Amino acid sequence: MTAVAEASQQRARAAARARRTASVVLRSSVALLVFLAVWEAAPRLGLADPVFLPPFSTVLATFVGLLADGTIGLQVGTSLARAGAGFAIAVVVAIPLGFVIGWYARAAQYLSPFFELFRNTAALALLPVFILVLGIGETSKIAIVVYACFFPILLSTITGVRTVDPLLVRSARSLGLGSAALFVKVVLPSAVPTIFTGVRMAATSSILVLIAAEMVGAKAGLGFYITYTQFNFQIPEMYAGIVTIALVGVAVNAGLVLLERRLMRWRAA
Amino acid sequence: MTALTERPVDAGVAAGPPRLRFDAVRKEFAVRGTGTTLVALQELTLDVAAGELVTLVGPSGCGKSTLLDLVTGLSEPTGGRILLDGHPVTGPGLDRGIVFQQYALLPWRTAQANVELGLEARRLPRAERRRIAREHLELVGLAGFEDRYPHELSGGMKQRVAIARSLAFDPEVLLMDEPFAALDAQTRETLQDELLRIWRATGKTIVFITHGIEEAVYLGQRVVVLTPRPGRVRAVLDVDLPGRGEPDRDVRSDPAFVAMRHRVWDALHHAGAAASTGEVAP
Repeated sequence: MTAVAEASQQRARAAARARRTASVVLRSSVALLVFLAVWEAAPRLGLADPVFLPPFSTVLATFVGLLADGTIGLQVGTSLARAGAGFAIAVVVAIPLGFVIGWYARAAQYLSPFFELFRNTAALALLPVFILVLGIGETSKIAIVVYACFFPILLSTITGVRTVDPLLVRSARSLGLGSAALFVKVVLPSAVPTIFTGVRMAATSSILVLIAAEMVGAKAGLGFYITYTQFNFQIPEMYAGIVTIALVGVAVNAGLVLLERRLMRWRAA
Repeated sequence: MTALTERPVDAGVAAGPPRLRFDAVRKEFAVRGTGTTLVALQELTLDVAAGELVTLVGPSGCGKSTLLDLVTGLSEPTGGRILLDGHPVTGPGLDRGIVFQQYALLPWRTAQANVELGLEARRLPRAERRRIAREHLELVGLAGFEDRYPHELSGGMKQRVAIARSLAFDPEVLLMDEPFAALDAQTRETLQDELLRIWRATGKTIVFITHGIEEAVYLGQRVVVLTPRPGRVRAVLDVDLPGRGEPDRDVRSDPAFVAMRHRVWDALHHAGAAASTGEVAP
């Protein structure tokens, strides 16, 4: 009897949970759905020129077609390889450098003005320089991504190292930890959350800057694809390319959020 | 006044050299921009015997934390010496364990891994570290909580982990800096009893810093009353109250406890009165 009652209670609770989840999903997607509906309706109702703004369903059909024939896969692959390479180089260089600068006050004194200047120089403003020096090939595109990723990671690493709770350092020193152990066991892990903020910012800007660079001069990649289709008046293809960029951005960020959660499971929810 | 600051260590404790000796310890800080110095501790002299639980009580600004930093070896006295088993303290070491008011646990480590931190500095093999950490978590009443992260523990439990961590590497002296000040009243009383139990079980020398008179009287075999700015020993009072740490006895309502509490209060507020009632040894 009680078992039956319990089971039905459990079912009721599960149902309530499902309803709550459904309502959360609905609430968070309502704005998006309205946007897509407007997109769909505007060209059909004559509010926008369907040649320049094809209805969403047309773009979606083109997108599916491009996905099937591998065009999107090729462009995304090219762009992600460049962005990934630049991002990886920036991570490998900026994090250790950030630790050095954050840890040694003297290093910061020498280097801060230099970094401050470059940090405030927009990466894209330097694109002509990169192309002049490194040519129009892969090197210049990867280099500009490195440049764009470098500063958010570097600065967040410096902040992460500098904002380590002094009490934790005192306590670890009182436990007899030497400098190396203190660094590995206290400073590094406590800087991880701050560093990760910079890493996420860098990942976002890596794609952003790369697309722009590809639009200026490239033979493949998402940025190239969008300008190329625009020049050739393949408007639905162009929109499909833009949608792809949005999806790639969302996917990259979601991946990093997931990684962040995994790395920082010790944090209070 | 000066006569009151010195007190022989012999009364009530075993003879022999003190475990911890503060020998006319003085600490000055340069005041930024003014060229003057601030005297935080002035010729502080105190002996702590092996196995003793001494409480230091004083108003804020009496240099309690400065004193703790000196004993820890995180800073050096301007004058005088601090001797541990006859050897001057020169830097941080595992012969002293410290418990901070704010726990100072590493949030990315579980309770178990936090306790192991000091053992890692001692380079013990992993299995040994595990065993010792587990034993000490059990000692502080946290068996079964080994895999919890600090944010999953209550304030009292965090402080238990911190105590376990400081005891795990078997220091000669345990220094506690207002360890229960951030806890609610009930948890504090529970942990005070726990501390007395742990102290009896381990026989550690404990120096307990607090601003709570009641806490000082409840825990200390001796209560050392410090003066504010500059910090020095104003009075040392022996506490002899049986039944402390026994959970079923309300020692705090005992007239003897209340009287003792008042004597410490007097010493804190009116140095002269404390001297005239004879609580302070010559």
